[in-house]
Amino acid sequence: MAETLDLSMFVERGEEGASHMTLAVEGVGCAGCIRKIESGLTKLPGVIDARLNFTQRRLAVDWRGDEIDAARIIAALEGIGYHAHPFAPERVEADEDAQAKWLLKCLAVAGFAAMNVMLLSISVWAGNVSDMTQETRDLFHWLSALIALPAAAYAGQPFFQSALRALRARQLNMDVPISLGVTLALGLSVYETATHAAHAYFDSAIMLLFFLLCGRYLDLAMRRKTRVFAGNLASLKAEFAHRLEASGELTQVPVAALHPGDTVLVRPGERIPADGTLISGSSEIDESLVTGETLPRAVGAGVTLYAGSINVSGALTLRVTAAGAGTLVEEVERLLDKAIAAKSQTVRLADRAAQFYAPVVHATAALTAVGWLIAGASVHDAIVIAIAVLIITCPCAIALAIPAVQVVAAGRLFRSGIILNGGDAIERLAEADTIVFDKTGTLTLPDPSVDEATDIDPEMLERAARLALSSRHPLAAALAREARERVPYPGAVEEPGQGVRARVDGAEARLGSAKFCSVAEKERPAAARDGDASFITFAHAGKTATIAIRQTLRPDAVAVTRSLMRRGLRLIVLSGDRAAAVAPVAQKLGISDWRAGLTPTEKIAAIEALKSQGCRVLMVGDGLNDAPALAAAHVSLSPITAAHLTQAHADALFLGENLAPVLRAIVVARRARSLMKQNLALAAIYNALAVPIAIAGLVTPLIAAVAMSGSSLLVTLNALRARIEFPSDRAAALSARPRESGNPEHATAEKTSQSGFPLEFSPDLIGSGIERKKL
Amino acid sequence: MNVLLYLVPMALLLGLTGLVAFLWSLKSGQYDDLDGAAVRILPDDDIED
Repeated sequence: MAETLDLSMFVERGEEGASHMTLAVEGVGCAGCIRKIESGLTKLPGVIDARLNFTQRRLAVDWRGDEIDAARIIAALEGIGYHAHPFAPERVEADEDAQAKWLLKCLAVAGFAAMNVMLLSISVWAGNVSDMTQETRDLFHWLSALIALPAAAYAGQPFFQSALRALRARQLNMDVPISLGVTLALGLSVYETATHAAHAYFDSAIMLLFFLLCGRYLDLAMRRKTRVFAGNLASLKAEFAHRLEASGELTQVPVAALHPGDTVLVRPGERIPADGTLISGSSEIDESLVTGETLPRAVGAGVTLYAGSINVSGALTLRVTAAGAGTLVEEVERLLDKAIAAKSQTVRLADRAAQFYAPVVHATAALTAVGWLIAGASVHDAIVIAIAVLIITCPCAIALAIPAVQVVAAGRLFRSGIILNGGDAIERLAEADTIVFDKTGTLTLPDPSVDEATDIDPEMLERAARLALSSRHPLAAALAREARERVPYPGAVEEPGQGVRARVDGAEARLGSAKFCSVAEKERPAAARDGDASFITFAHAGKTATIAIRQTLRPDAVAVTRSLMRRGLRLIVLSGDRAAAVAPVAQKLGISDWRAGLTPTEKIAAIEALKSQGCRVLMVGDGLNDAPALAAAHVSLSPITAAHLTQAHADALFLGENLAPVLRAIVVARRARSLMKQNLALAAIYNALAVPIAIAGLVTPLIAAVAMSGSSLLVTLNALRARIEFPSDRAAALSARPRESGNPEHATAEKTSQSGFPLEFSPDLIGSGIERKKL
Repeated sequence: MNVLLYLVPMALLLGLTGLVAFLWSLKSGQYDDLDGAAVRILPDDDIED
């Protein structure tokens, strides 16, 4: 049956049949690729323009709708040698793009104003100690006002708006003292200029804005970079479903385009694209991504199936339904709502500092004014000194102290293959003292593989693996990864539900169930009798072998868990799988604290119990059943292969087949947290030195400028130390480094590509087991 | 010091030109693909041989 591909949901239609589409492209690495892709596409009839954004690895194509279509463009790209997938930009990304542009505009205005005001200020400082006339000084001050006032009104908007929002919500954030300091400094300066005074603070106010905007912009730029990367990754692993139209035709549609009521065909070896009810067909379903259970479940008509499960044997027809009452998805969503509502909003370090800082600063300034009045100063002098205190304590250093560390640490995590969903996750990661692991897909690899203990002649294994290349069965896929020569045997025939057969070296070779290979079931190797493995039988030229396929631990799991325990972390395994499957894993990792067969409700209850003991829980999990537990935990991590809903609730995602990123995240986060504290201490020392000078009424604009830029530079430089790899970190990373697996594509996550993206989009990493559809 | 009366405005005007040029380049999307701009200068496909 010929199948048409429907990509209309990604195509934007313009006037007169003009169409536009954005694609995420993988494998772009050099200047040559840009030319190859762009000229290759513009040569096609009907294509008006193709432009590749090399930074984001995204391609924008415009074409005339009647001459070519989206599927043909993707096929043409495939022909040139690049896998591409249409891309539907998320709202958040568009919002952040707009915000980044706005911040950059504010930064440019503040930078321009700061330079020019400084030019005038330095002249005044020099003139004040030599022979400048009062008229010239006033002229310079008025010129400064002319530049600084409109510039501050424009460039200060991000702070003023945020301060207003906080005040309306009856809260204090860092932006309140910043806005107050800037406004008062400018107001005082205008007054001083009008009364022909020797000092004005225009330069302090505008420089403060410039430094703070630098911090804000860097923070946002880091977030955007990770979001672009995560967006590409998500669209490249996007799946297609085979939709049965009313006319009986099959159409291939993106999963996102499915609606409740659609009928979908799921072939053996494919992932179930959406939640639904089985209409016809019977099969076995691997629900390890949903429940953590590793043994396939037999299903027949009428059963509810969940997105993410793998169809093992027979073809299924499914009616897509919205999550109905009483289903697992509904329960998970209900638990999620509860967990999110119950989650006490952890107060971020920066906000805690602000809540402490703002009242102290304001009280100090007020007391200074009162003190000088009592000491007999004029009202004018007392107010001038009080405002000088406010300016000098303006939290420039504190406002930079934490974002600067966050940016540097997030960058380091990003290069290690860890994608953060939010900056404050770093602080919470550093606080974690208990790690709760899910088993299936988290401690173990998401896909099963051939048991290491399997006693089989290497030549037999190679033949079996090559034969497995011709099968769509998930167990065969695991076996096929062992093949050294990745060429299927010619003439191999798959008999659905039974196995594959082919003629190899003049004799018939069969791979499949024991019955298919005419072998008695009893001949299973003793090593694999624990009920945790699945078996596949291979027969060739009179010899037979039984190969055990099981969930295997991530290659470095033992080293990583040991290293985590050495760091004083308490490790717990909470699994939805059977006790018989969990016990050996926990034993191998040396984790004595494990529970099996848990429902999502029980997982949440276990986490709540830990929380009530005062533990800060880091939850690492991938299944749909882990989503509520991830939301309930203090902080959470998910592998990139996790279920969609689960990924959305994790604080960070990690790439690759190693567990090392978990250790890495904790090491980097702890280091970042100590740097944040150091920076806050530095800012406090600066205040301890500068505030007495200000209270004594000795601060001139020159002192304010030097003190402010000095302290900002100091905390920024200190933040850069988060990049430095310490010997103790390296030792931890080394001991956690996996033994080299035979497959060079599975390089360590530390490997960085030229572009700064942590890893090239390799299908192995994107979603092993999720079969990429040829378009 | 009367020279300042036209020198300072001139300096400011020059600075402002720079600011406007930056804002224009930002608006016209010249910073959207920084890595791409760096590698796009390498191919010589505009030279006919």
